Amino acid sequence: MLQSLFAQMGGSGLTLDLSRPMDLTRAISPDLLLCGGAMVLLLYAAWRPESEAHQRRVALGSMGVGLLTLVAVVAVSLSGWKSGAGPVAVDGFRWASDVVFLLATVVAIGLSMDYNAREGITAPEAHVLVLFATVGMMIMAAARDLMVLFLGLETMSVSVYVLVGINRRSARSAEGALKYFLLGAFSTAFLLYGIALVYGATGSTNLSQIGGRIAALSMGDSPMLLVGVALLLVGFAFKLAAAPFHMWAPDVYEGAPTPITAYMAAAVKAAAFAAFIRVWIEAFGHIYGAWHDALWWLSAITMFVGNLVALQQRNLKRMLAYSSIGHTGFLLVAVTAATSQSASAILFYLFAYTLATMGAFAVIISLGTGDNPRERVEDFHGLWHEQPGLAIAMAVFMLSMLGFPVFGGMGFFAKWYVLQTALDAAAPQIRLAVMLVLATTISAGYYLHVVMVMFMKPRPELAPPLPRVGAMSRAVIMASVVLLLIFGLFPDPVVRWARGGTELVPSMPPAAALPGPAGP
Amino acid sequence: MAAFLASLNYNAWILPALLVIPTAGALAVWAHGAVAGQGEAAALTARRLTLAILVLEFVVSIGLWWSLDAQSADWQAVVDAPWIDVWGTRFTVGVDGLSVMMVLLTTLLMPLAILGGWTSVRTKVHAYHALMLLLTTGMLGVFVAKDLFLFYVMWEVMLVPMYFIIGIWGGERRIYASLKFFIYTMAASLLMLVAIVYLGVQAGGPQGRPTFDYDAILALNLTPTASFWLFGAFFLAFAVKVPMFPFHTWLPDAHVEAPTAGSVILAGILLKLGTYGFLRIAVPFFPGVAMYPWVRTAIIVLAVIGVIYGSLVALVQPDIKKLVAYSSVAHLGFVMLGIFALTVESVQGALMMMIGHGLSTGALFLLVGIIYERTHTRLIDDYGGIAKVVPLFATILTIVALSSIGLPGTNGFVAEFLVMIGAFRTYPILTVVSATGVILAAAYLLWALQRMIYNPLDKPRNAVLRDLNWRELGLLVPILVGILWMGLYPKPVLDRVEASARKFVEEVDRNAERQQASMMLGGR
Repeated sequence: MLQSLFAQMGGSGLTLDLSRPMDLTRAISPDLLLCGGAMVLLLYAAWRPESEAHQRRVALGSMGVGLLTLVAVVAVSLSGWKSGAGPVAVDGFRWASDVVFLLATVVAIGLSMDYNAREGITAPEAHVLVLFATVGMMIMAAARDLMVLFLGLETMSVSVYVLVGINRRSARSAEGALKYFLLGAFSTAFLLYGIALVYGATGSTNLSQIGGRIAALSMGDSPMLLVGVALLLVGFAFKLAAAPFHMWAPDVYEGAPTPITAYMAAAVKAAAFAAFIRVWIEAFGHIYGAWHDALWWLSAITMFVGNLVALQQRNLKRMLAYSSIGHTGFLLVAVTAATSQSASAILFYLFAYTLATMGAFAVIISLGTGDNPRERVEDFHGLWHEQPGLAIAMAVFMLSMLGFPVFGGMGFFAKWYVLQTALDAAAPQIRLAVMLVLATTISAGYYLHVVMVMFMKPRPELAPPLPRVGAMSRAVIMASVVLLLIFGLFPDPVVRWARGGTELVPSMPPAAALPGPAGP
Repeated sequence: MAAFLASLNYNAWILPALLVIPTAGALAVWAHGAVAGQGEAAALTARRLTLAILVLEFVVSIGLWWSLDAQSADWQAVVDAPWIDVWGTRFTVGVDGLSVMMVLLTTLLMPLAILGGWTSVRTKVHAYHALMLLLTTGMLGVFVAKDLFLFYVMWEVMLVPMYFIIGIWGGERRIYASLKFFIYTMAASLLMLVAIVYLGVQAGGPQGRPTFDYDAILALNLTPTASFWLFGAFFLAFAVKVPMFPFHTWLPDAHVEAPTAGSVILAGILLKLGTYGFLRIAVPFFPGVAMYPWVRTAIIVLAVIGVIYGSLVALVQPDIKKLVAYSSVAHLGFVMLGIFALTVESVQGALMMMIGHGLSTGALFLLVGIIYERTHTRLIDDYGGIAKVVPLFATILTIVALSSIGLPGTNGFVAEFLVMIGAFRTYPILTVVSATGVILAAAYLLWALQRMIYNPLDKPRNAVLRDLNWRELGLLVPILVGILWMGLYPKPVLDRVEASARKFVEEVDRNAERQQASMMLGGR
């Protein structure tokens, strides 16, 4: 119904000619809206002295701008615009990714309101920086040109570097920020060098032109191109926190303010994946054989390293950091399969994962106090007896990340979709699928441990009373649980929405040229 | 009766209703807990409410006995609704002779299990009962699912409530036992998930929408290699659940640590899900592999080892609950023998055994729970001579134990007899070996009986035990009736499972030959 409404509004099927400035502006209008809103808010933030009340106002303003952009994105996506060749893509995949980013943004800012008040962080810019990071992500999702992609990536990364270290009084936070900055800069160098080599080999930075030239000149064994692709892969692997390029993630996740950790786990990962899959499928689909094995191993190693190391963590933030690495491995399975379903499977997974992650971090935030952050697993002992609602919500989030049907809601369908993609591929990824479920079994060890201590251990006698749950955290937790459970029974709408991304059809070679049925 | 049910259009709504009633009930109980709090009165309401819901469930389900066409081996009472259209998964439920008895067993045992835990569960009563109701939905869902996706979802849905029931309301080592139970089952069933996705994608055809419908997958022509691995995945999932011999180690822990109702459900119903999985999925889908000579022999050998090993371990248990738990390993070994021996009699016997074991072992766990509540010890040596103090308890325990042994006149005899005459035709030597299991069963159960309820009454604290009260008697009587009825006049039950058993045997036989022929050509 909504769709027909927008169709009647005249936008239906409009094909944008991106060489015309007017149409290009249209194509990036939601991004411009967010960027402009963020700049105005930045001025407003500097208008008054730092204070708790001002921090709150700016946060509400930022959430407002985020929601407004969300509405704009949905409106544009329903208008059915298409585009010709150009530096940005106008397609369902982009809009669907934007929805994930903006959702994570609004939630992270909401959680920051509670968290910053508790930790005495009064810098109002913190919230605006989240918006800027999101601008970068939206550009990444839109980019159809390696230079535009780089622009978005840097906008995002620089903002997030600052956000990680926003708590100036915490040494851990500073350590995390420095580590993230150094390794981030390092990985950017890989990425840039990769872009340069790919440009050198193909003479273009535009993804569809790169893809076209690789196909036309059958450049499958050009060393310059292959080295470029390899460097790009390393650069992306850093951003995705795929093993063995994941070393920064746990320290950064642990050191960063908790809402920012949630934001990074959900949105930054989503942005990296959105850009990654577009580059890989649009530009390098033709040399599938060249990168298949590398990605296969990356995926396999990542899921086992992430989940095995997570087993040993006793700090929940750190545990979730490693589990996030494990999820990267699962998502890479869908990229490795490279079918027309890969993009939508990843979007669906990211949507479910964002809800579960945001909810889980919201629970952690709402247990902590200024002097007792309550991030260790022991702090969750017997939570059920004291705060049954929080414990049940946390159990839902844990089971969702574990991928358990019904009680874990969407999490199961996310894994299901990835499995289906892997097995439906022209070259079925049976071994990867089996490894995925084995890694999932390992992950049960730590997700269930959290559930177990909450429900089956007694509350320690001398445990200080828990604080009241902040209003924003409560809202986030409830919304996440409800959405996870409802879509966990009826995922149809989300699948359809994620299928908006299926225009991103890989430019794949014929099935005969694919490597053997089960990988290396 | 059949006409009356038809006038209600019974078959069109019964299966969805069976799934909806407990779920709605779980929400109601949970909501009541949220409103009414933790008081004693509220707890009593929760128990009564749950009991009422489960009795309603049983009363509603009993119509299946008449409404099904006993001559037909097809799916009946089928309800088919779209679920997740884009993935081709549907909400399709149906029953046939294989599953209808399991459904009735479940709906019969559930209210009895609730009654069995009436006084022993004292903390978080609402959560406990809500989980019990969810568990009911999960178990029934597995038995009625006709769509493999639904089957898997329901298979996993059972797991979480049982995990919490063992882990929160269980015995001393409950955390260890619940985690072991969960991880074992989940690890095995995730491989089944991969197999199900693979089958669905194959059945959908290239570029087509996957389909998980049972019949569509049954009609698939798979390569021998694919069949082999897929059978392996299903075998693992079901063998852990049964549990077959090397995969059984979760069972004693889970059964012993679970609260009484949990043990009753574990032994009575959950284990049958494994053998049901073999009957419904693993063997019919991949007959060429399941009946491949060495695969079949290996499974039967494992089953016979299970019988002997389970019995021998039960013989030396000082703990009565553990003894009953190990006796389950032995009994389920018989069921597996019956299924893989693949004659109509042996499969019928296996089905009878599944029902009968549900009743008699369920009753044994209830009885153990009843006496444990009074004495707080499960060690056989702490009893002795209590027949003089609690004659009613002793009588019922004796009858149930005899049915578990397989005394003529009880259900156990009919089942074991059928399995053995059926299996003797295909595997004579192994059947003879497994028959020693019956002798061992008599040894461990009768010896335990002797030490518990006969012998001299030498412990003073046993002299003041209370005998069964009306609630306990009331919950045991339906089981006793079932035990004797199925022992003396098993024909109605046998009739209802015969068509399905016959179809199972014939189709597996035929398809196995065809598939094995292609295997020879293909050279596995």
